[in-house]
Amino acid sequence: MSIDKQDVQKIAHLARLALTEDDVDQYQHSLSSVLALVEQMQSVDTDGVEPLSNPLEMTQRLREDIVTEENRRDAFLANAPKTDAGLFLVPQVIE
Amino acid sequence: MNWEVVIGLEIHTQLSTKSKLFSGAAVGFGAKPNTQTTLVDLGMPGALPVFNKEALRMAVMFGHAINAEIGMTSVFARKNYFYPDLPKGYQTSQMDHPIVGKGYLDVTLDDGTTSRVGITRAHLEEDAGKSLHEDYQGMTGIDLNRSSTPLLEIVSEPDIRSAKEAVAYVKMIHSIVTYLGICDGNMAEGSMRCDINLSLRPKGQQEYGTRTEIKNVNSFRFIEKAIYTEIERQADILEDGGRIIQETRLYDPEKNETRSMRSKEDANDYRYFPCPDLLPVVLTQEYVDDIKASLPELPSQKAARFQSDFSLSEYDASVLSSSRAMADYFETAYGVVKDAKLTANWVMGELSKLLNQDQLDVENSPVTANAFGELLVRVKDNTINGKTAKDVLQAMWQGEGSADDIIEAKGLKQVTDTGAIEAMIQSILDANAAQVEQYRASDEDKQKKMIGFFVGQVMKASKGKANPGMVNPILARMLKG
Repeated sequence: MSIDKQDVQKIAHLARLALTEDDVDQYQHSLSSVLALVEQMQSVDTDGVEPLSNPLEMTQRLREDIVTEENRRDAFLANAPKTDAGLFLVPQVIE
Repeated sequence: MNWEVVIGLEIHTQLSTKSKLFSGAAVGFGAKPNTQTTLVDLGMPGALPVFNKEALRMAVMFGHAINAEIGMTSVFARKNYFYPDLPKGYQTSQMDHPIVGKGYLDVTLDDGTTSRVGITRAHLEEDAGKSLHEDYQGMTGIDLNRSSTPLLEIVSEPDIRSAKEAVAYVKMIHSIVTYLGICDGNMAEGSMRCDINLSLRPKGQQEYGTRTEIKNVNSFRFIEKAIYTEIERQADILEDGGRIIQETRLYDPEKNETRSMRSKEDANDYRYFPCPDLLPVVLTQEYVDDIKASLPELPSQKAARFQSDFSLSEYDASVLSSSRAMADYFETAYGVVKDAKLTANWVMGELSKLLNQDQLDVENSPVTANAFGELLVRVKDNTINGKTAKDVLQAMWQGEGSADDIIEAKGLKQVTDTGAIEAMIQSILDANAAQVEQYRASDEDKQKKMIGFFVGQVMKASKGKANPGMVNPILARMLKG
């Protein structure tokens, strides 16, 4: 299975990556090889094998419902390029 | 054409935990921007989520309440999309293995009919932050307090066939989550939000039509109105031979219309995959059974008990059990007066009227359930009659004191002294000698009609304080002469 240039551009857009024309060619090739590998793996008989969601054979630990963190807004906002009245400011996201 | 509407609902309920789903930051409405955030909520590299035990317990409680299969192994997944109020670039949610599987609810409509609404699943997920677009020229303000707040998203089957049924279903979910104490149910503050999936098809057709999704509707009334306007919009398009575009829409309550939010070009492609930062959540049967055993009484169970223990009608029982606060008020007042029918009538009548008038919830009633019960005791023991009791309740509402204080201070006690009533009746009879003559000359049927005149005179003379239960027999005896 191979993918075309449009697929590459769509994936890049979803990941918010800007690609040059040359990049697109290269990704088309390398992503197609990944898919070829996946296709090869799909020929393995997996009947009776549970899908794996995590390779570690452990289960999730739980946290008590207690507030353990205090307000550190000033420290967090100090890293942001632009802030006002306690808000992070970003370029406008609606028209 | 005769259209059938097909509706499925996604309800986001905010779980009332103290801390967030994946971090130890506080959860609370109305805090100053970005004061309830941690490195995890800000999506800082290397910060790892740890799952909140209480959110898990609450989700399992809900699963039991809707007769659902509980996911003994549930898995968190990443739902990927870009938006500035989602700094990680993905929302941690559940996809293939939700915590709550298939269940159902039986929904009773106002006309008494019941229909079963299937629930596909309910899964745990984190909320995103909030974007503020208004105050900044060319910029958007981001508040991440809400980020990682625990949500339980409850997804129904497309089983709903009318706006009324949709509202009844949402009200029932609302009542269940508040009974369970897992959500404060405050829709105005966004603790419960509803996405409406709606399509039309010609009556009798099996196949579903193309649907639209109306996002984030946050009141019962808006749910109903949004459904009506969207049905109308879709029917207009279809009847003109047009096609419905599958898209996300927004309901504008001021214009009472829905409008397109996202075009199809950006059709959602969330590229879900299992979250590598969180391990599968595995439950033991013992854990699940313990939660089931500790469930509080649910609205439908309470309604059934009100019918069987108190002999209330199905309607009265369902109204009184619709919210936990209302049911508690009723039961507390009943505990004082020990007369279920009397309590039910007054809670659903005068109390509800006053609450509506002042737009108050029963939780904020100026008259406590105990004080209300004490008033009803005075109705039951004939200290005051119903009409006077309404006046007393009004005075209690204004904070003038307890029922007994007000009855005493205003001298509202009914006259129950036989001698005093006889004297009052005698003076009425003396003053109306002609009518008494006429009464005595009439046959029994006619007398029954005429006695009302004398009762009215007596009540007038006593300013409503004569006990009608005593006046009637004494009057009948004295009229015989």
